[in-house]
Amino acid sequence: MNGYGGNILRVNLTTGKIAKEPTPPELARDFLGGRGFGAYFLFQEVPQGADPLGPENKLIISSGPLSGLLIPGAGKCDFACKSPLTGGYAGASLGGHLTAEIKYAGLDSIILEGISPKPVYLFIDDDRIELRDAASLWGKGAITVEKALKDQLGEEFQIACVGPGAENGVRYAHINHDYGRQAGRGGVGTVMGAKKVKALAIRGTRAIPVADLDAYRRAARNLYDACKQSELLKPWQNLGTTMVVSWCDEVGALPTRNFSAGSFEGGKTLYGPVMREQIVVTDKGCFGCPSPCGKYSRTKRYGTNVEGPEYETIGMIGSNLGIANIEDVAQINFLCDEWGVDTISAGGAIAWAMECYEKGILTKAETGGLDLKFGNVEAVLTLIPQIAKREGLGALLAEGTRRAARALGKGSEKFAIEVKGMEQSAYATHSATAMLLAYMTADVGAHHNRAWAITYDLQVGRELVNADKVARVIWLQHIRPMFDTLGACRLQWVELNIDLELYPPALAAITGVERSWRDLELVSERIWNLTRMYWVREVPGFGRAWDMPPQRFYAEPPKTGVTAGKITSLDDVNKLLDLYYEQRGWDANGLPKPETLKRLGLDKLVA
Amino acid sequence: MLRLYAESAKCSGCRACLVACSLNLFQENNPKKAALAILAHFPTPGTYEVKVCTQCGECAAVCPTGAIKQNARGAYYVDFAECTLCEACVPVCPENVMFVRAELAPAAWKCDLCGDCVAVCGTDVLRIGEIEAKA
Repeated sequence: MNGYGGNILRVNLTTGKIAKEPTPPELARDFLGGRGFGAYFLFQEVPQGADPLGPENKLIISSGPLSGLLIPGAGKCDFACKSPLTGGYAGASLGGHLTAEIKYAGLDSIILEGISPKPVYLFIDDDRIELRDAASLWGKGAITVEKALKDQLGEEFQIACVGPGAENGVRYAHINHDYGRQAGRGGVGTVMGAKKVKALAIRGTRAIPVADLDAYRRAARNLYDACKQSELLKPWQNLGTTMVVSWCDEVGALPTRNFSAGSFEGGKTLYGPVMREQIVVTDKGCFGCPSPCGKYSRTKRYGTNVEGPEYETIGMIGSNLGIANIEDVAQINFLCDEWGVDTISAGGAIAWAMECYEKGILTKAETGGLDLKFGNVEAVLTLIPQIAKREGLGALLAEGTRRAARALGKGSEKFAIEVKGMEQSAYATHSATAMLLAYMTADVGAHHNRAWAITYDLQVGRELVNADKVARVIWLQHIRPMFDTLGACRLQWVELNIDLELYPPALAAITGVERSWRDLELVSERIWNLTRMYWVREVPGFGRAWDMPPQRFYAEPPKTGVTAGKITSLDDVNKLLDLYYEQRGWDANGLPKPETLKRLGLDKLVA
Repeated sequence: MLRLYAESAKCSGCRACLVACSLNLFQENNPKKAALAILAHFPTPGTYEVKVCTQCGECAAVCPTGAIKQNARGAYYVDFAECTLCEACVPVCPENVMFVRAELAPAAWKCDLCGDCVAVCGTDVLRIGEIEAKA
């Protein structure tokens, strides 16, 4: 099948059975690949009520039809499973080079099923596929394991692996690849760890077939030319995602001390240019990327190397913890990578604990003697391994903010900054209604990847609540995840401002099927409704209450910074949801209406 | 005389150049069949090293069948029909960018200076220029 590896690989870890089946053409037609394949297999194959950490859950690893081809940033890999953090849909995106290698090995998705009786790693060298003993790797850090496997197998192998956090069931453990790229959110690493799979090691040496080679090469060149001609290329290459640290600080969107404010008095020492000058060693790109956002760094104070920190990490474990030194942030980032936990959720959980401590809800006896004030770097450096090992206070924080707050009680639920059980990523949304709605409705919980609407808020009026704004969020929720479906990066469009219309000719030349953006948006809408129906199926009573933001964003205006005194009203929050449900064809409780499911061809699948 | 130059410090390891190269040489999407190489030195020191053909001609000098010829651009290339996979060219290449992998292709391959890698490199690592006299 043109544009595809051509096979789905199933690995039953319980029995050790490994089997390939051809990728169904109708699956490619209706769900395209990547995130679409992940959502489909999850809904179809993981039984209702499955324990996220049990043998019935599956980890579905999918490339897309653009992955591994000459397309800017064609290195996006989708990881889907039932989330141990939220109990609903988890879909995490990984950059780097793994997804290209999956395609070169003749695969589209790898589905890990069951639970291995002992630690293993999955070895794939084209058609040679084996489960190998991983006893000597178990317990080791993710960066250490990647290096060990590369040394043993050779540089051509691409590695994805988990750290001790995943082995120990931290609910937001990640999957590491390429020394610092992660499938970070929702506990996809936790599921891999529960399955006793320490790593994947993949090499493929096959060519990916395309429908029209000449048209593909022309379309590819047009995409690269557009990127290289963009005047936004050089500044983006220089700073990557850290470009927005100063902007967020200036507009009141930089999460500060558990999102109690959106501007940080120590922010300037975290800005992109400071980091570039002080610690960045190398620019680091994903597969085929002309505009590498990855900044690989070395800290002088700690003597460690780390990819990043990128913006989300700077926000969540820098300003949100009251930490103002980029070397400290980089070191905490390194510990999260090596120990195998998501920097965003870890930052959110620790910020919550710091607020509890400062308010006297958590005592020094409960923190194991840690003086858990905002800004205490040593305390955070101590806590990351504790979380990964589930020791001391780490055992509570490893559960994620929502569970931790429910366990602690005493009013601490009010400052658990999460939606659907997922910690909010690094945009403060006291006064940015489109971004607030994006977090409320993202299909994994409070993550920015589905709709990054904060610049739009600033453009049209940050407090504005109307149908156009809601329509913009929905449009973003269709366009941006489409890139994760196709297996390529969205940032050439978002950050270099290249024309979206450059993609359909490339996709058509590769797959042999003409699709307009309107067609692609329809596929995205189908996937969006399927993930919604997954929540409906898995979470008893699921509905509107799950889309509500943390109280902080409608009841507690910041006391400092440029958004001081500003807050969205609860009425406006509800108005946002009413408009959103109406435009999506969902009922007042946020459930897709039967006619919506029918229009999208999902009625039989979800019946 | 022209050759390809690489400034490794600017490389971000994306491998677009490798895919562009395999598309030119073999009309295939397959970076394992590229005529330049990126060596990744991670996690320490965290740098990439790009190896490219200098068009020194050592490979052509030792080829027993005369399969390595010069094209209109003055670049040495492998005439696939005349290569016997004897591998004599591989050890003499000073940059390790003379490739023989019988499981992947029925002939040796090397850079023919098509320039497609330069066209897709977003960080200006690669350029084609006159061969500079050795100091």
